[in-house]
Amino acid sequence: MLIENWNQKDKLQIKATRDGFGEAILELGKQNSNIVVLCADLTESTRVSDFKNNFPERFFEMGLTEQNMALVAAGMALSGLIPFMCSFAVFSPIGNLTQVRVSIAYNQANVKIVSSHSGISVGEDGATHQAIEDIAIMRAIPNMVVLTPCDFEEAKKITIAAAKYNGPVYLRFERQKTPIFTKKESTFEIGKAQILKDGKDVAIIACGSLVYEALLAANDLEKEGIYAMIINNPSIKPLDENKILEVAKKTRSIVTVEDHQIKGGMGSAIAQFISQNFPVPIEFVGINDCFGESGNFEELRAKFNLDSHYIKEKVRQVLKKKGRFNKR
Amino acid sequence: MDFLHLKKIANQIRQDIIKMITEAGSGHPGGSLSCVEILVSLYFGDILKYDPQNPHWEERDRFILSKAHGAPALYAVLSQAGFFSHNELLTLRKINSRLQGHPDRIKFPYVETSGGALGQGLSIGIGMALAALYQKKDWQVFVLMSDGEQEEGSTMEGMLCAVKYKLNNLIGIIDANRLQIDGSVDEIMEGKTIKKRYLAFGWEVIEVNGHNFSELLNAFKKAKNIQKPVCIFASTIKGKGVSFMENKVQWHGKAPTTKEAKIALEELKEEAKKYAN
Repeated sequence: MLIENWNQKDKLQIKATRDGFGEAILELGKQNSNIVVLCADLTESTRVSDFKNNFPERFFEMGLTEQNMALVAAGMALSGLIPFMCSFAVFSPIGNLTQVRVSIAYNQANVKIVSSHSGISVGEDGATHQAIEDIAIMRAIPNMVVLTPCDFEEAKKITIAAAKYNGPVYLRFERQKTPIFTKKESTFEIGKAQILKDGKDVAIIACGSLVYEALLAANDLEKEGIYAMIINNPSIKPLDENKILEVAKKTRSIVTVEDHQIKGGMGSAIAQFISQNFPVPIEFVGINDCFGESGNFEELRAKFNLDSHYIKEKVRQVLKKKGRFNKR
Repeated sequence: MDFLHLKKIANQIRQDIIKMITEAGSGHPGGSLSCVEILVSLYFGDILKYDPQNPHWEERDRFILSKAHGAPALYAVLSQAGFFSHNELLTLRKINSRLQGHPDRIKFPYVETSGGALGQGLSIGIGMALAALYQKKDWQVFVLMSDGEQEEGSTMEGMLCAVKYKLNNLIGIIDANRLQIDGSVDEIMEGKTIKKRYLAFGWEVIEVNGHNFSELLNAFKKAKNIQKPVCIFASTIKGKGVSFMENKVQWHGKAPTTKEAKIALEELKEEAKKYAN
């Protein structure tokens, strides 16, 4: 799964996951004439300019009508097309939630909801543009699949998988350029998590580009004699319950990592499952019930406790709890 | 022509609506009764292309009930048109029924879309109309809205979008019964400017009496050939056909008692005598 030199951060190519989406949607457009793209005045930002230029008859500029966009996409899907509707998560699906809920999810319309800008790592635009509640909202909606890739390569794969899947999917991409650390040839499947790095002491389950921060943390922790298993969890819903159970049984302690609110996010999904099936101590890395602010994404990750330093801190905490837990 | 045949069907639909909502103990009689002639024109006036034996026939016209609280009227019409059995109508709103309070296209596959949140149907229709143009299909899309839902921002977004794409295969119909839950549409949010808004946005507007078959059928036939989005503004009476419900906002979302239903049905049966051959 990991490329050979994944731990040489400075030598890795960096690209945004939204760029992976842009390449994949162009490829899908070539293969399937039923693929259409709708966009709400963010063509370049959401990386659908190439699609627009190659398939102008299948590209629909919706302006700032995000509610209309969701409904038009639903109507197209109900007529046999496969619409990808693109914006920033704060505008779609958060801004047009009631349309997404009723006309896409309840209708089981085959619409792909694409956010190019998600998480606090959106950066300088500040809190209004940083969607850090979208996973919680979308995973609560029946019929909705929720996917987020860890890097550029995986972004291409989840886009293709979403197009093949018949039903509503929320695709959570990121704006900022982050390391490409997974192999081109590794596979992606909806409902599957992947163990990127084995370890016996603790399982760090992460999603999005923060998976790389988790890997860096694991590297450092080895020097302290702590062996962390790193799990990339791109399929937040449906969750890979078998894999989560397997790693919980092996490591008996979990740290979850996401660029999203702790309340209701990917970590909540893990905690809910684990508490019912194999209770072990869990710590959460995520946004702690506050809004973000302006800054570059690395500064924000440091300030809001999302980076490898804080992940290590949480690992040490969970291991203390694990010790007490096992003595009971 | 005196449209006796259509009037007879409309009367039967009204009786069904009263029976269904009374049996359910809840529902929306006012807005169901106001749109009966509109639905009967579409389904029995040779306007919509459909095939009850093949409900998902690719070439069918698409009808969307955006004012989805009018579901009892649509269910009664679809049953009358032969999509499903008349007996099933009395399961409306009951547990395990296919006839949900607002239509669910998964449970009840004879509707094009699920609905119930106002302001959503117009743009779903736009999506279908765009799909038809892209796929070079000549079916048309009809969306029935309420006048109250013209207040929804999403409806106004759709009004813009339909004009932008010059949709010549989309017909919006407004069941303008002038009343919404909290009172008069005019007083609540500028109901009197609805027609002006459509005109200003670039739609063709045709005004009709929404209970007059001659006007409705002429408007639909004309609208089908207009090369831009058309809004048929149908003035109607909320609760039409049941004297004590007409123009009374309290009948927006309340079921009649058995006693009230009996009076309503007697009135309707009396009316039906006029159409007996």
